[in-house]
Amino acid sequence: MRASISSFLSGLLFALGLGVGGMTDPAKVIGFLDIAGDWDFRLALVMAGAIGVHALLRPLILKRGQPFFAQSFPRFSVTGLDKKLLTGAALFGVGWGLAGFCPGPALTSLSTGTVRMLVFVPAMFAGMYLVQVLQSRRAPAPASPSQSGAGSPVLASGSKP
Amino acid sequence: MDMSSLIPPLVGGALIGLSASLMLLFNGRVAGISGIVGGLLTPVRGDTAWRVLFFSGLLIGGVLLRLVRPESFGASAEVSAGGLALVAGAGVLVGIGSRLGNGCTSGHGVCGISRGSMRSIAATMTFMATGMLTVFVVRHLL
Repeated sequence: MRASISSFLSGLLFALGLGVGGMTDPAKVIGFLDIAGDWDFRLALVMAGAIGVHALLRPLILKRGQPFFAQSFPRFSVTGLDKKLLTGAALFGVGWGLAGFCPGPALTSLSTGTVRMLVFVPAMFAGMYLVQVLQSRRAPAPASPSQSGAGSPVLASGSKP
Repeated sequence: MDMSSLIPPLVGGALIGLSASLMLLFNGRVAGISGIVGGLLTPVRGDTAWRVLFFSGLLIGGVLLRLVRPESFGASAEVSAGGLALVAGAGVLVGIGSRLGNGCTSGHGVCGISRGSMRSIAATMTFMATGMLTVFVVRHLL
């Protein structure tokens, strides 16, 4: 229950950060990616601000040894680069550049109720679902939820209670 | 450029960094949006409630922004039928790419880089590069 509340509040704060930062305005995102045009570097500050705060707080948080409402902090077992990571990132960038939306801002922008978002978000979920189904077929017996991502950029979040 | 226009992106970024930190401190999770919501599409027992709640927080945050700060969403332009097909294609690419690459702007770009992950740094450089290339082709070549 408490874990649900903190999760909800994190999501809420995340959305507010995206909106205030400008990530929910696709014209700004495309202006940031348009280095050959009238380049608007300001969205880089969103990333800089986020990394600055998180990189500062993260070591302090990890000193606790355990999260408040979970067994353990995420563990990352995969370290090297591979084709899957880079191919995925490359495709992701193409989609991001075409529409000006990545997943967080897209979901936050659902509240606008525009046709654009009502098309983009289901299409994005379809793409995610496709990969997850194909991956679970290729690697049978998905014993741990870490295979499904667990919100982590690499596998094995290890924080399943 | 007006210097005061640099403040909202920094504040917004700081809120995102704070959100990612709360997620780690309380839930022991990485605040990677694509991983969190992707896990809802192929749910695992006992591992969905927190994802639903995070997702709900994002949606309600969007509603709050709409009420309090509607300019966050930019000018809403009419999208043609052809434009919508492009939007759908882009959505599919974002979905496939974020799951295949195990993360998106949040998981790799914020959380991964914050902990100095080589994979996340490489992924972020890659999607920035292909994003910039795509915008270059669409805006300046086509």
